[in-house]
Amino acid sequence: MAKQLIKGNEAVVKGAILAGCRFFFGYPITPASEIAEAAAFYMPRVGGTFLQAESEVASINMVYGAASGGVRVMTASSSPGISLKLEGISYCAGSELPMVLVDIMRGGPGLGNIAPAQADYNQIVKGGGHGNYKMPVLAPNSAQEMCDLTMQAFELADQYLNPAVVLADGFIGQMMEPVEFPRAVEKIPDKDWAIHTDLKDESRLISSIDLEPEMLEKHNLKLQKKYREIEANHVQYEDYKIDDAKIILIGYGVVSRVLYSAVDSLRQDGIKAGLIRPVSLWPFPKQHIADLALKSDAFLVVELSNGQMVDDVRLAINGVRPVHFYNRMGGMIPSPEEICQQVKKL
Amino acid sequence: MAKVLQKANSFYDIYERKSGMNKDITHYCPGCGHGVLHKLIAEAIDDFDIRDRTILISPVGCSVFAYYYFRVGNIQAAHGRAPAVATGIKRAMPHSIVISYQGDGDLAAIGGNNIMQAANRGEKITVFFVNNAIYGMTGGQMAPTTIVGQKTTTSPYGRKPENEGYPVRMCELISTLEAPLYVERVALGDPRHTNKVRRAVRRGLKNQIENKGFSFVEVLSVCPSGWKMTSEQAKDWLQEEMVKYFPLGVYKDESSKVETTEAKPHVFTIDNINENLSIPTRESASDKVEKKPQQQYRNPKLIIAGFGGQGVLMLGLGLAQAGMEAGYQVSWIPSYGPEMRGGTANCHVNLSTERIGSPTVSQPSLLIAMNAPSLDKFEKQVVKNGMILYNTSLIDKKPERSDIESVGIPATEIADELGNTRVANMVVLGAYIGLTGILDKKTLFQALPKFIKRNAMIPLNEKAIERGIEFVQK
Repeated sequence: MAKQLIKGNEAVVKGAILAGCRFFFGYPITPASEIAEAAAFYMPRVGGTFLQAESEVASINMVYGAASGGVRVMTASSSPGISLKLEGISYCAGSELPMVLVDIMRGGPGLGNIAPAQADYNQIVKGGGHGNYKMPVLAPNSAQEMCDLTMQAFELADQYLNPAVVLADGFIGQMMEPVEFPRAVEKIPDKDWAIHTDLKDESRLISSIDLEPEMLEKHNLKLQKKYREIEANHVQYEDYKIDDAKIILIGYGVVSRVLYSAVDSLRQDGIKAGLIRPVSLWPFPKQHIADLALKSDAFLVVELSNGQMVDDVRLAINGVRPVHFYNRMGGMIPSPEEICQQVKKL
Repeated sequence: MAKVLQKANSFYDIYERKSGMNKDITHYCPGCGHGVLHKLIAEAIDDFDIRDRTILISPVGCSVFAYYYFRVGNIQAAHGRAPAVATGIKRAMPHSIVISYQGDGDLAAIGGNNIMQAANRGEKITVFFVNNAIYGMTGGQMAPTTIVGQKTTTSPYGRKPENEGYPVRMCELISTLEAPLYVERVALGDPRHTNKVRRAVRRGLKNQIENKGFSFVEVLSVCPSGWKMTSEQAKDWLQEEMVKYFPLGVYKDESSKVETTEAKPHVFTIDNINENLSIPTRESASDKVEKKPQQQYRNPKLIIAGFGGQGVLMLGLGLAQAGMEAGYQVSWIPSYGPEMRGGTANCHVNLSTERIGSPTVSQPSLLIAMNAPSLDKFEKQVVKNGMILYNTSLIDKKPERSDIESVGIPATEIADELGNTRVANMVVLGAYIGLTGILDKKTLFQALPKFIKRNAMIPLNEKAIERGIEFVQK
């Protein structure tokens, strides 16, 4: 297949449709609006439905409704919009409904600005909605991965009957890069649990309510078991020049792109730097990081936030090596030179 | 007659999902209106023979457990969101019969916008709105439909318009909208009234079976527990007080004007998917970069800047598109948002034979400055031995740096000579490839239709590129 120069946000939609998604319920917000716009353009061309809801709250509940019918369905937004969707996301997790959510993060708190940020890590990865739920969270760092990881999110969602998230920053959404699109998924999985209208099954119910504490605990235990299974099987990361690295940089999304450049530049200066890029933010590659800790001297975590993922790195390393932190916020992005300076100061 | 006395088949025989001991009776309080309305709906589902394709949305409120009873597809929704959930499932399964069953707090307070918008879209669903003027489930708090003077636990001195406003009349509101097909308010009570409720329930469902449009049936109902009355007192209060404020009747009915059609199920297909997604299937990119520009021009990192409207984003896009087709790794990132609406605009472009790290360019090896503020802003960031191309038509000074190569191009003047000031960007692009050999003209021309939408503009853009090349090669 030929390459196409395309925005990350548009690659999400093409990837979703190739993955068999035919329903998109959205609400505009910068810098995620191109996702809704591309869905509005392409969905009708493939026999799908795009609907601009009256709010983020309505759109996630439309997703909940459509997912109940067993179709592949998604929504997308940016940070403040995701805050509004969280109740519905928790309902999807509690009701075990597969759906895909894309968050193109922007600066906050509050209305913040529309520039790129990574300040939703806690909100998404730690389950910003209520209750004990987890979602696979995939963090692309290129337009190609915006397509590929969106497709993967649909597979994970259906495999585990759970919402799955693509978490990207405004840069990854707005950037254009060549993308080679994979083949379309020909058939989506059968969903015998869904509210089909042609079944004789009389127990058809999509719900997250259970008034009996014993029963709700049982349901929670079932969910936790599922989460452990995801943790065991779906950790993803990328290593870059890690084999002999003494100083290990950790960053995801657009930060990891800056860190590739920083690692190359540091190595030119004789510093043995390497990079671990978490691709799945949950499950987090904690074992991998722990394994590399003993072979290295120190870690530097770089984020476009006040320090959210760094907590997971510290838990993984558990004090055996120093974990340093460098950040920019409010839509600022560090340059490779800035990172190199930080490393040299350690 | 026997049928009337039987429990509807659309109810479960035993309410297995209900907690506690008594699984053959509902959780509703004695005298509550929900049970009667449930029965009328269940009987209608039986009579229309639609049980297998009926999906009932249980809201938050007393009817949160409607799914205990109805032997249909059931979805429990978040507070107020039943119309949005109904929209989702109805769009995914257009051939289903979707019922949004909601109370007054759910529908008229927290979900007020959701019901108005679903009505306004004309979603082909049936809404049964149970208005009993109180929050029953949570113990008798004020509802948006609590009438003036009515005492509840959160209006202990009676509802006062100056504090809480007036009760909301939903039928009146919804019937002002264009899309709704059928809007009626009925009341439970004596057999004559209940018969009207039965008719309205059936009309609301029939409209959906015939795929006609949005139906909204408001049912005034009693809540003896919440109102702290006996069943008899409650019935009287409904007829005497509620009906005064919420007049009964048909507010809108267009069902006879709309033709019956058949709702078709959604069919999943991947036919012509690449074509429909505008995904190129023909290999157009070459695998290897054949052009070998001089060392200092290789793997350029560009900042391209100018006024909004000077086409700086398109200049970068054209370079990235042609670069990709020439076999380079490429990235393009715009400054986005309000900046794009007038004011300054800039984009960062990388062309490389190596994997591209940071897509943002902090130290450009090439700056293209289309106006003076752009030169001022970015000149100091250019790397040593880097290059600045600047538009001398709009910049009346030279770059101050002496450790870089700078080339002035009268891009706007050349574009004006060609008859369109907007192709100044392509003049500079031509100058860039002419100077550095990073791309050849043929590749760039082949890429033009990918980023210039109007075919008629292509010859002019080609001319502008040629003039740029000629200018620097003179």
